[in-house]
Amino acid sequence: MTNGEIMMRTVSVAETAPTTYAWTVYAEKLQVRAGRHLAVNGLDLALGTGVHGLLGPNGAGKTTLMRALATVLKPAGGRLSLLGEDVTGNADLPNVRRSLGYLPQHFGFYPRFTVREFVEYMAWLKEMPQAVIPGAVQRAIERVGLADRADSRMKTLSGGMLRRAGIAQAIVNDPELLLLDEPTVGLDPEQRLDFRELLREIGVDGCVLVSTHLVEDVAVACTDVVLVNEGRLVWQGTAGELAQQGGASDAGDSATERGYSALLRAHRGQVSA
Amino acid sequence: MTPHPTPALISRYAAGDTVLDDATTWAMEAHLESCADCRALLADAVDPSTRDLLNRVAEGIDTGIATGPGPKRHRRLRRTGVTARVLPWLLTAATLMLMAVLFERTFVSMPSLVLLIAPMVPLLPVAAAWSRRLDPAWELMATTPRTGLWLLLRRTLAVLLAVVPVLAVAGWGTGHSPALWLLPSLGFTAGTLALGGLVGVDRAALTLAVIWSVAVVAPSLASRQLPAVLSGDSWPGWAAITVALVAVVFLRAGEYRRLGVDRT
Repeated sequence: MTNGEIMMRTVSVAETAPTTYAWTVYAEKLQVRAGRHLAVNGLDLALGTGVHGLLGPNGAGKTTLMRALATVLKPAGGRLSLLGEDVTGNADLPNVRRSLGYLPQHFGFYPRFTVREFVEYMAWLKEMPQAVIPGAVQRAIERVGLADRADSRMKTLSGGMLRRAGIAQAIVNDPELLLLDEPTVGLDPEQRLDFRELLREIGVDGCVLVSTHLVEDVAVACTDVVLVNEGRLVWQGTAGELAQQGGASDAGDSATERGYSALLRAHRGQVSA
Repeated sequence: MTPHPTPALISRYAAGDTVLDDATTWAMEAHLESCADCRALLADAVDPSTRDLLNRVAEGIDTGIATGPGPKRHRRLRRTGVTARVLPWLLTAATLMLMAVLFERTFVSMPSLVLLIAPMVPLLPVAAAWSRRLDPAWELMATTPRTGLWLLLRRTLAVLLAVVPVLAVAGWGTGHSPALWLLPSLGFTAGTLALGGLVGVDRAALTLAVIWSVAVVAPSLASRQLPAVLSGDSWPGWAAITVALVAVVFLRAGEYRRLGVDRT
């Protein structure tokens, strides 16, 4: 019977093979240029499975770091390996990119495309097999809650919907490394809750890095926090540990915010001393 | 095919008889999957309430299919947006060519404008097909595995398929040898791609177009003479340059995988 065959999927050797790398993202003395300025300068970072929140003040180099991890920018110095492959050169890029999902800070899209057409095009660019694309596209659109607008043109969508369409194209290939730059901008409180749920789901067996301004997003949705300032790693630990860093005298309305400002202040003190 | 199970066995199976051993059940189920007659027997043997339930489920599914949205029609050609971005530039290139033909027909004493601008005509649309400035989603493009030399060549080929007929009509209309309009434009296209690996395809196209205009087009219009590089016996040189540049493009294939901010 064909019904039985449809239910089954061939699992390739590559899928069941154990990973041969310790960290999904591993950076050593990483330097990345934004224009002429070294926006990331001597950053050491190791990220494994889980949801990691990337925090830092404006101009800390968050977006430049995200672009380097997304293989948009070529590192100017140091070492960067993603999924166990060195991406400082150009050799292994296609392999890494097949397992990558990225939502840029400025999500550019084609206004006359429907959501489905856009996600389909991205799936094709990500070299997904032709046969699985329609199903994967529908699933990605459903996961971000846009199924009822799947066939609307993107120019008719609101800001929050566009953001969700952007998340849909990022997760369409079930990425092992998902990079989201300011994904919660424009989402209403309810959508934000759904989004956190989605993050936790993906973080179970993949590595998710979410850059955000909102310290509270990190406190509830992330297992791990990465704090950067002036292109360097300031602190890395769990969200709980971040909350313990601050004292009553630090600025902020919550324990996490106080921890954040205490760490930043300590780092600025070190740099100027 | 396995032998048909006895009707008695089928009705025991239908009644959910737990005394039936696993081996018998499996054999019967395997047989039922491939035998319509025995399935009919089984359908008669189940008790009316079960049959009722199955009917209700089947009807529910049927109405769901009938009233729900139909399957999406599959588009044979995926929408990529490239055509929309390149089309205005293709039209500009075609218009330029048309004006060159008119100019050449009007001012017979001047050097052939068709031959002078033919090398630059494919550059406009090729640059538009691989430009960060014209592609709103370039940052997403830059992170996908398909971005690279093959995608660039695919788009370049599409542009050439549109441009070459325009050049052919212009060349035929003014009576020039194909070697003098086709080879230089292929050479400049290859040069754009080769230089594009270093500085970005659109910057490369602009640079080459400016160099050609300043170094060749302007002087030959001023001196009213076709330059030596476009004379009848220059084609082996153009052919050699084109082949060499194509080789450079393939040797530097890895360079086209990045579409970063520091280049196009």
